Amino acid sequence: MDIKGKVWKYGSDVDTDVIIPARYLNTSVPKELAKHCMEDIDENFVDNVNDGDLIVAEDNFGCGSSREHAPLAIKAAGVSCVIANSFARIFYRNSINIGLPILECPEAVAGIETGDEVEVDVDSGVIKNLTKGQEYQAAAFPEFMQELIDAGGLVNYVKKKVGTA
Amino acid sequence: MGMTMVEKILAAHSGKDKVKPGELVNAKLDMVLGNDVTTPVAVKEFAKIGLDKVFDKERVAIVPDHFAPNKDINSAEQCKMIREFAHEKEIKNYFEIGDMGIEHCLLPEKGLALPGDIIIGADSHTCTYGALGALATGVGSTDMAAGMATGEAWFKVPETIKFVYNGELQKWVSGKDLILYTIGDIGVDGALYKSMEFTGEVIENFSMDNRFTMSNMAIEAGGKCGLIEPDQTTLEYVKDRAQREYTVYKSDEDADYSQVIEYDVSKIEPQVAFPHLPENTKGISEVGDIKIDQSVIGSCTNGRIEDLRVAAEVLKGKKRAPHVRLIIFPGTQEIYRQAMHEGLVDIFLDAGAAVSTPTCGPCLGGHMGILAKGERAIATTNRNFVGRMGHPESEVYLSNPAIAAASAVAGKIVSPEEV
Repeated sequence: MDIKGKVWKYGSDVDTDVIIPARYLNTSVPKELAKHCMEDIDENFVDNVNDGDLIVAEDNFGCGSSREHAPLAIKAAGVSCVIANSFARIFYRNSINIGLPILECPEAVAGIETGDEVEVDVDSGVIKNLTKGQEYQAAAFPEFMQELIDAGGLVNYVKKKVGTA
Repeated sequence: MGMTMVEKILAAHSGKDKVKPGELVNAKLDMVLGNDVTTPVAVKEFAKIGLDKVFDKERVAIVPDHFAPNKDINSAEQCKMIREFAHEKEIKNYFEIGDMGIEHCLLPEKGLALPGDIIIGADSHTCTYGALGALATGVGSTDMAAGMATGEAWFKVPETIKFVYNGELQKWVSGKDLILYTIGDIGVDGALYKSMEFTGEVIENFSMDNRFTMSNMAIEAGGKCGLIEPDQTTLEYVKDRAQREYTVYKSDEDADYSQVIEYDVSKIEPQVAFPHLPENTKGISEVGDIKIDQSVIGSCTNGRIEDLRVAAEVLKGKKRAPHVRLIIFPGTQEIYRQAMHEGLVDIFLDAGAAVSTPTCGPCLGGHMGILAKGERAIATTNRNFVGRMGHPESEVYLSNPAIAAASAVAGKIVSPEEV
């Protein structure tokens, strides 16, 4: 799966309350959630993000609440991939489960700035910074998680398991 | 090499004799939980899976506690959707308004979270049940849906950090202060992907309520779970509540810990976490002059009877400062009733508090106590992120119930010794 777009870069401990504030959780429609994605830390994000853009962040991205609305909002806002030094556990799990590509790669985070044009091959974990002409290698997923990703997320995986696929 | 509690629980639930950190296992679930914010997404995902029934009608719990009693039409629609799902799937543990409590106060009280369990909940504070010696952890809605369908979930066996608390507690220092101090020490990702194990003589002497508060905030250090070894206190608590059999697991003497961290609690004073992360902690003597507009006492962290008793002890015969809104919300109906019987509610009303039905509302900025731009609250809740309790330019300071009560009286953040 090839991904290409401009980067929105953030710092450490971006929590799920700022990714999608609780005041908007009275709906679970992804497009509605996307209208408020990141608004409490970056009011320009929603109006300027384009399909395919990437989010790059430092440590512990997605900490806090278990709300799956957070990766859903990011995905529905058009973001194609999130790259971080590390992800909070539940956000990591939720992203894999719903099929939002995420990669851990501190070298990429250190090298990439807001506005850089970046290309990602999720299968190989190769991240190319087209603006700076650099290339980084993200850590591979454990085999089981790669299976989940290949199945297109947890629901498809479970359907095969329970025989409803 | 022996195993930690978490390793034993995961091994037992995945049909293995032994598991090691880093290993991925598929484990059987004792309980699957969701609330009115997360369950609607799970209902949609469950429908996509295409099964008629949940794996076990008695092992799913659905609690409308976040935006309930319904705060607006959209919330009412979400609650209606999960009510109908619970009815259609004949889910036994659906708790309607009037029976409903804040989920993590409610499940232990109802004997639905037990020692040795594996529980996943589509709510990050599911880790609360670690206080009973259960592996309980927050997940998202799709995991909840898969759990309801299969009764299983995949887990990476976590490494465990052992925390040892010894020494004599200072006056007004509670489980909340120890966990805030710990998060301040290791940081909000200090236990990322790991299991926390709380041990030592202080924990052994702690009541269940203090233990629940500590395990509740394991997630605030990034932890997968926060366990306390079951002992006489635990068994007393579950004895008349347990709705099914349970197993007590204890860590082996020679279990392997990734880290052991020891604290002398006699050096720890009541803690306050400054905006906008729970790790920004200071001792109460270092807080300075912080005026407040609102004090919130309650939540899945500090909404239990002992929390209310401490608040009442501080508030008795006193009044909140005229410009401060004091909102107290007991965790469950049983706690509410107990507080009434003990005369605590009278003390709260005399102090000028609004006493609310159980709800997560104010803690997550949902309803029942939202902050305006520039306003500041002291709260016994668990998070002080940007915009957590309302406007993005409002502020939340986290503390124990004694500090929150004293601060309501003083109109600024103070120790109970100062009011």
